Amino acid sequence: MSSPFKEFFIDFQRCIGCDACAAACSECNTHRGEPMIHVDKTDPGHSPQTTPMVCMHCKEPACALSCPADAIKIDENGIVHSSLKPRCIACRNCELACPFGVPKISENIQQMQKCDMCFDRTNAGKKPMCATVCPTGALFYGTLDEIRALRPQSKPINRWRFGRQTVETRVWVMVPTDVDEMVVDWPELMAGAEGPVDLAMKLKERFQLEGIMDPENHEPLPESLGSETTTSPGEAEFL
Amino acid sequence: MSVSSMVQHFVRQLHWGAVRNALVASVLLAVAIVVGSRNLHDFDAALAGYTFATLFATFGIVYRYSVWLTKPATRRFWRRGWQMCFSPALWRGLRSPRILAGAVLSRLVIQDFVWRRGAWRWMGHMLIAGGCVLAAAITFPLVFGWIHFEQGAMGPDATYIVWFFGFPVHELPLEGIPSWFVFHGLIVASFLVIPGVMIAMYRRMTDHGAVAVQRFSRDLMPLILLFSVALSGLLLWISYEFLEGYFYSVLAQFHAFTVIGTLISLPFGKLFHIFQRPATLGVAYYKSPLAGHEQLACPVTGEAFAPALQTDDLNETLREMEFDFTAEGNEAPTWNEVSPKGRRMLIGRAHSRAREGRFS
Repeated sequence: MSSPFKEFFIDFQRCIGCDACAAACSECNTHRGEPMIHVDKTDPGHSPQTTPMVCMHCKEPACALSCPADAIKIDENGIVHSSLKPRCIACRNCELACPFGVPKISENIQQMQKCDMCFDRTNAGKKPMCATVCPTGALFYGTLDEIRALRPQSKPINRWRFGRQTVETRVWVMVPTDVDEMVVDWPELMAGAEGPVDLAMKLKERFQLEGIMDPENHEPLPESLGSETTTSPGEAEFL
Repeated sequence: MSVSSMVQHFVRQLHWGAVRNALVASVLLAVAIVVGSRNLHDFDAALAGYTFATLFATFGIVYRYSVWLTKPATRRFWRRGWQMCFSPALWRGLRSPRILAGAVLSRLVIQDFVWRRGAWRWMGHMLIAGGCVLAAAITFPLVFGWIHFEQGAMGPDATYIVWFFGFPVHELPLEGIPSWFVFHGLIVASFLVIPGVMIAMYRRMTDHGAVAVQRFSRDLMPLILLFSVALSGLLLWISYEFLEGYFYSVLAQFHAFTVIGTLISLPFGKLFHIFQRPATLGVAYYKSPLAGHEQLACPVTGEAFAPALQTDDLNETLREMEFDFTAEGNEAPTWNEVSPKGRRMLIGRAHSRAREGRFS
């Protein structure tokens, strides 16, 4: 009998941040009310871009290899499963080791839970919940032939590079046809680079200087706060 | 594959350090049995099958535990746990014992985290755990010949004398509620285990989340084993108490069969978590606010997300596993010093760069 499992594709450019995937995911009884998919704004305040992130099911998963309790298992279909409940000690190694930031530790139940590609559904030949409801096709479940026919201007790859580390995954990501490897670098964190944190700080300083609004509470700031901050001419120019 | 090549393959797979630890543990237990039963004088030969199964289980459990500790993540975690436990800095203000006591109470005794998974689930687990601990506390000393009973005073106020490790330690009246409990401890245990197994089984039959991921050998088999041990033990009591020993010898053999099967399965199956789970105490030392570890702030989100000690330890482990998440150029933090949320944000931005505006 052939495997009922197909391929999972993420097409980041198509995500509109509607969170339908998260709502559908949290319907699942294995993690009631808690979505295992992450939808994040990539640069809040600067860009409306959002990124959906499911478990990429690495061929050599850093989460499983760094688990001191041997609680994360990979099955014969390449699915990396949630922690085995009796074993997981909620140490957080998996959460901190995963290059994609996927596993979630629930402190209150002392357990790591993560996307298992809706194992109960995919095992029975169905689509994962998120891919079933995604209105834009940012999350797609099917065969390589199907996705190539549907999106000829992109191509699926499953090779990532994080700094010096190459990671191969079971889940595919759609990229332009001349890209062979998803390179994740972090130039914004290089020494001397203008990071998003600096930007946020500058915005806050500006709000405080002009005594207009506290961006978080939408209330005028107390005067004492505004008067204490200063800004350099360079920064004022930047803003 | 021929038998001899299978044997060769098996021998090559063995971890000899773990074999040594397991042998030492089994020999120590055997010596303690001989000494505790006064050179087997107090040893009940009818229970020899249980004894050998226990020795086998001891070998298996220590073997598996030892192999488990050779895994880089586990080894580092184990050492760091003990180091923090005995750290002089954490003994100031008795913080170390306070962390430990809190963790033992919450995670091992009350198991409040199971309660938060579900009240019935907690009830089932506590009943099973309580029954098993009670049964083990009675069975093992009896099987090893460490405890036995001898006749004390005769007459209307007859007594029994309890011998422990070859010393008379207590005299108790033959009749009365305390002695009823002493002699029926295993019956009490079965009344805890059987409802506990029922609750667990009901959940495994009806809870969609459990049904979705459970497997027979991993999740149902241990419940069936515990149920058969408890039920056959209970039937033994019914046989001698109410049915004048009807069918007793067959029941006794069946009971021995189920208990020995359970003991032998201990190192392999789900029940190994009994021995593995106390590792949760080490986690408390990483996480407890009492430990006062410096927290690492994410360079993307600006939020503190993990104790620096843990990310340092994890980076060592990952290096040992031949992962290298350092940035090219060495001027940026390693990938593991960015919070999980920060990583996801940077992945999105990296993807935008890869697209170079070529959205299609």
